[in-house]
Amino acid sequence: MPTTVITPPGRVSMPNLRELWQAREVLYQFGMRDVVLRYRQTAVGIIWVLLQPLVSAGIFSIVFGSVAQLSSDGVNYFVFSFVGMLAWNLFNNIITRSTNSIVSSQAMISKVYFPRMLVPMSGILSVLLDFAIALGLGFVLLLIYGINPGWPVLLLPIWVALLVLLAAGIGLAASAVMVKYRDVAYVVPWMLQTLLFASPVAYAVPKDLQTLYNLNPLTWFLELFRYSLVGLPAPEPWKIAAAVAVSVVVFVGGAFAFQQFEREFADVI
Amino acid sequence: MQQSPEPAIRVIGLGKTYRIGLSGDRPTTAVEAALRKMRNPVRKGSHTLFDALDDLTFDVPWGEAMGIIGRNGAGKSTLLKVLTRITAPSRGRIELNGRIGSLLEVGTGFHPELTGRENIYLNGSLLGMTRKEIQRRFDEIVDFAGVATFLDTPVKRYSSGMYVRLAFSVAAHLETEILAIDEVLAVGDAEFQAKSLAKMRDVAKDGRTVLFVSHQAQTVAALCTSAVFLDRGHLAYHGPVAGAFDLYRDSFEKFSLEQKDSSTRPGTGELRARSVEMGADHFEPAGEKTIHISLDANPEMVGKYFVSCHINDLNGSVLIQCDSRVVGGWYDPTRTQEVTLTVRTPWLKPGRYTVDLYVCKNGILDSWEGAVGFEVLPHNPYPELAGDEALTRGLVLGDFHYKNG
Repeated sequence: MPTTVITPPGRVSMPNLRELWQAREVLYQFGMRDVVLRYRQTAVGIIWVLLQPLVSAGIFSIVFGSVAQLSSDGVNYFVFSFVGMLAWNLFNNIITRSTNSIVSSQAMISKVYFPRMLVPMSGILSVLLDFAIALGLGFVLLLIYGINPGWPVLLLPIWVALLVLLAAGIGLAASAVMVKYRDVAYVVPWMLQTLLFASPVAYAVPKDLQTLYNLNPLTWFLELFRYSLVGLPAPEPWKIAAAVAVSVVVFVGGAFAFQQFEREFADVI
Repeated sequence: MQQSPEPAIRVIGLGKTYRIGLSGDRPTTAVEAALRKMRNPVRKGSHTLFDALDDLTFDVPWGEAMGIIGRNGAGKSTLLKVLTRITAPSRGRIELNGRIGSLLEVGTGFHPELTGRENIYLNGSLLGMTRKEIQRRFDEIVDFAGVATFLDTPVKRYSSGMYVRLAFSVAAHLETEILAIDEVLAVGDAEFQAKSLAKMRDVAKDGRTVLFVSHQAQTVAALCTSAVFLDRGHLAYHGPVAGAFDLYRDSFEKFSLEQKDSSTRPGTGELRARSVEMGADHFEPAGEKTIHISLDANPEMVGKYFVSCHINDLNGSVLIQCDSRVVGGWYDPTRTQEVTLTVRTPWLKPGRYTVDLYVCKNGILDSWEGAVGFEVLPHNPYPELAGDEALTRGLVLGDFHYKNG
């Protein structure tokens, strides 16, 4: 029979991978709950998932493409900003969902033990489902506009995985800090909104500001997404290397930060 | 079930310390925390330490149902939370030789929008069951809860009874080797409570280990094979259930001495009771019991107030609530009051009782627990004598008769 030893938290605690694996059923159940709840008692369910990026992309093409006449690197503006929205929504929704997750499950956290990390992580599942649906619509758009991305489309899963890691790392850290400081609930949405306009989601990187834009990791990811989906040229190799490095470092760092806070959640929340 | 020679639970030198802020609350926003740091860069924050648990050492053998009792704030729930890993200990070490399932609240993680079936899976996995385990016991769970026809209805449409039964049922079918329960049996109707109790007893018979926190002496006595008594975070007793309850009762008397000083009592203090005295030291079971209450005046208070006396037995169960409002007792705060309460029924069983007095208006002005105690003499109020077992079952004695035809 397994023996569990409980001791006071040490200075540094590492995430317990074995325990996380054993509790994967909880992750699945949380994920299912989120998915089921989203589509239950909504009249058109899935339509909302499709409508949201479509409308945003439409507005972006009108405002940035037609009114402001910004560049879309020669790609149809609507498709260009739709792909941008795909990547952005994935990033944005994971962070938003996980940041609030711990505090909104406080009743559960103060009454039963399970690896707390599953709470912010479970939100990712339903965001991924939304992403998959919107991506399907994206492929339909590519067909309609006759854009053939070619073989780079096969690399898309890698970029998606990296972006998920990046967003999850930020979300984990934010959710843990929010247990102690509720400021996070105000700061994060504001930063995300700023970032949306500071990243080339709805427009191409302006030529004269390239150096500045290249400092923003989201620029790399947006270029990677567009490389794989609308056939724009691949970004420089250093951006690919940097995207991998930053995602992994942020995720590990976020998980680590989360773990440091985890054991006092029930006392502080 | 395979048993290891090790005890189910071994606790060594366990302690849990909370930090309590002195100047108001702890900072809840980063700005506030930063400001405090700036004002007082040297001081490490003003807080006092509070030992919710201190230096607990005990073993719980396999197959034992152990009750955890103690007054409010003695650390019972904290102990359970530390054992179930909800919160981390500050000192010491716990060894659990098996999986521990906890039932600190009925229906943790239940979501009102999900159906009964979905909630069984969600809640079950949260409590540590695998999907296979849940599937295997699914029918049993549904049967036990008696909600078979509503399985695919969202639980928000359940009656509160159904909801609680389903929630309890999931937890009761946990297959963990150790089970921790916090007073959740006090839910549902009498029939379901009895069913739950029986279920819990079966768990212990299986060779599994049950930890049970409760205020109710009867439940602990019925369910547990041993008990610990916690007194302000310290382990005051570990042994047979009866001994723990003797201590529990003594602690009530110690507590009532402390409460004599009105400034230490809870309540707003706008108006306090001066004294509470019984009409006599002891009473006949069927006799009238009288309680004299003297109340202070507060000329600045506007509006009348009322009082409420609770008569408790030695195990802390409230037997009778005498609220003056229900008999039209409202009192003028501008002058001192002398009030006499007379209780005619029910008859009380022989033994010791305590009286709690509450003085209330919109909130509680004075809360005086254990204000006075009295004795009911070991006399038989009924016309005939019978063995002890004819009187022991109820909490109080009734004035009744049987008639032929």
